[in-house]
Amino acid sequence: MTPVTTVLVVVILLVFAVAAVLALIRLVIGPSILDRAVAADVLLTEVVCILGADMVINHHARSLPAMLIIAAVGVFGSIAVARFVARKENPR
Amino acid sequence: MTLENVLDTLALILVLIGALLCLTATIGLLRWTDVPTRLHAATKPQVLGVLLIVIAVELALRSWEALAFGIPIVLIQFATAPLAAHMVGRAAYRNRTTDEENLYVDELHHSTEQPGGTHTESRPES
Repeated sequence: MTPVTTVLVVVILLVFAVAAVLALIRLVIGPSILDRAVAADVLLTEVVCILGADMVINHHARSLPAMLIIAAVGVFGSIAVARFVARKENPR
Repeated sequence: MTLENVLDTLALILVLIGALLCLTATIGLLRWTDVPTRLHAATKPQVLGVLLIVIAVELALRSWEALAFGIPIVLIQFATAPLAAHMVGRAAYRNRTTDEENLYVDELHHSTEQPGGTHTESRPES
């Protein structure tokens, strides 16, 4: 590994960590269930991105099926929450 | 500096751009005020970020099996991300969690009017 790639890897990991923490903050503070659904969707997208970044950094192909499955079924969480959210739920 | 080194560095730069997209999405998620604007921020990495990461994986692995997985990942993500965003935005509008004061045009307004109604109540009482 050259110094340039080492610096790049460190910066990538830091950016992913900060992004995950910020998404978790929105996931906790709400205020409505739809905000939490959006934040959970972002967190799931970030998991896909981190799996890809891990494969790029470590040069292996083991996580590709996991990426495919998460991309395929991750949408159902948001759809289920949006479909069955209570009509009266009024956050403000 | 061989071709492999150049491709690996290029893949890492693409991953960095994808990571920055995730970061901007979460910043928008924290700063903005209602569900549709947060949705606007949240759908950026779902399409462009995943596309960049998959291109980076192809550049780093350089194999046919990676390509055979990467193309369905991108296509499925392109197909399902707008679907989830549409469902969440629709539920948000119907729950009145949108920021109504800052709307210039409410193009969905007519969809909530009842036929033969008096148009005094803009949205249905739930």
